[in-house]
Amino acid sequence: MKLSTNPFVLLGLVVLAVLFGRVIPAWTLSLATVAASKALVALGIVVLARTGNVSFGQGLFFAAGGYGVALIANEWGLTDAVAQVLIGAVCGGLLGLVIGPLIARYTGIFFGMLTLALSMVLYGALVKTTVLGGSDGFNVGRPTLFGAVFNDPREADFMLYAVSVVATGLAGVFATILFKSQFGLTSLAVRENNLRVEYLGTSANRIVSINFMIAAVFAGASGALSLMAQRHIDPEFAYWTTSGDFVFIAVLAGSQSVAAVFVAALALELVRSFSNLYLPNTWQLVLGLFLLAVILFLPRGIGSLWAGRRRKVSEPPAEPAAAGKGAAS
Amino acid sequence: MTPVLSVRGLQKRFGAVVAADNVSIDIPASQKLCLIGANGAGKTTFVNMVTGYLKPDSGAIELDGSPIGRRSPRDVARLGISRSFQIPQLFIELTAAENLTVAVSSAEGGRLSATASADSGDRRDKAVALLDRFGLAGHADRPVAELAGGVRKLVDIAMALARRPKLLLLDEPTSGVSAEEKFATMDRVIHAVSEEAATIVFVEHDMDIVSKYADRVVAFYNGRILADGEPSIVLKDNEVRRYVTGGAR
Repeated sequence: MKLSTNPFVLLGLVVLAVLFGRVIPAWTLSLATVAASKALVALGIVVLARTGNVSFGQGLFFAAGGYGVALIANEWGLTDAVAQVLIGAVCGGLLGLVIGPLIARYTGIFFGMLTLALSMVLYGALVKTTVLGGSDGFNVGRPTLFGAVFNDPREADFMLYAVSVVATGLAGVFATILFKSQFGLTSLAVRENNLRVEYLGTSANRIVSINFMIAAVFAGASGALSLMAQRHIDPEFAYWTTSGDFVFIAVLAGSQSVAAVFVAALALELVRSFSNLYLPNTWQLVLGLFLLAVILFLPRGIGSLWAGRRRKVSEPPAEPAAAGKGAAS
Repeated sequence: MTPVLSVRGLQKRFGAVVAADNVSIDIPASQKLCLIGANGAGKTTFVNMVTGYLKPDSGAIELDGSPIGRRSPRDVARLGISRSFQIPQLFIELTAAENLTVAVSSAEGGRLSATASADSGDRRDKAVALLDRFGLAGHADRPVAELAGGVRKLVDIAMALARRPKLLLLDEPTSGVSAEEKFATMDRVIHAVSEEAATIVFVEHDMDIVSKYADRVVAFYNGRILADGEPSIVLKDNEVRRYVTGGAR
């Protein structure tokens, strides 16, 4: 097994990334937390994109995870960060389980638009639901970790960073294994030719549904992470610009490498932060130019810098002697 | 003995076009049956109906005595009918071995593992072995997009064979292959398929190929069966010469 895809090496990298949080400046800690959280949703989009479908509405599951956790936290006083991430993942996953099979029969732009429409339906419903705070949303308490309360802001930030990196890192390890698996290969086959997959006896819709659910689980968990970071939730979680942000990262990353998703999320947050700081009136323009540059020079995403060379053109082998003249035309 | 495939009174219309007009065929086990006919005669429509892609307007299709006429292509494949395509239907960005691994994974049923690597192990070995039966093991790690048309055709057929079907339908296995390579291609196909003892139905336009490889020929014209029997008899039939082979033989 290659070192770069060995799960134990990857887990080691996750631990290193957590420890790294102890030495980096405070302002980068919250930036990295946000990047890790967004990368988790984008990773789900990449998982789904490997079946040839892009979701423009991951905000739906992001909000489902966030609201689910927020309601449980306020109702039952559950503040443990790990439990909240798990609950967020379950909320997103359950919604994905319901929507996935319904939406899997659509492809291309219809699939994308339906996901967008569903997320905006939730947004509309949340804005009108006064018991959930309407468009203002509501606040939640400070998260804890295994009973420990973090009153020092630096320690609280580090705890959030650690939970975000571990959650996203574990999802990354899972995605790395998934991409190399038989299921992952069949997912690519669905993207290439879903009718042939059906003719081989496998349900292409089922493959899409499962990938859709995985993406929903990731988005739900990320919703919980964002909730913990902001300690506030509102319908913006489901708004289309939130979903667009995740697609932005996925486009930057491309669908060939898990690591690229983290690099893209971090790069995007860095560009956003610095352009916001130095060009407060035109920072969106800088972001747009950044995306354009990546599309222009790396049309298959940042991941193509290292993963794209895997499928280099090989020398054609000689026709086997036993095959006579061969069938190549 | 129950035929592997039994088709009774198959009807299919596309508007004013009659694609299948009371088509009835029984195909016994291990037969190599060839469908001939001009373009639009109804050969591919027949293949599409048998494999579940098109639903017949009326009539019955039975596999080993069980009706399959309303089943989906996926169900039909699981029940034991596989097909290859006139234009190879492959996963173009994947390698030949990966294409076959998808086919083998699908054929072995059960849950697709989310943890077992697709690059190694039993299924990959079976995939390469299948390629080897067609003399294509040397192409295993090349993306299909790089392969020549004739090789893609064989990869397509190899994928159809992964499920070890009872009935294998080959839609024009030598189309797009140069004249001098057609026999070599068919030899490879027949050799590879013979190990499975599968019943074969193939669509073909080259009458030399038909004469050499078919046990039985069914000639289609305007959606109906014009003649059905041994190649030596059918190919000499006056109507077949007039409407299908153009009196070339």
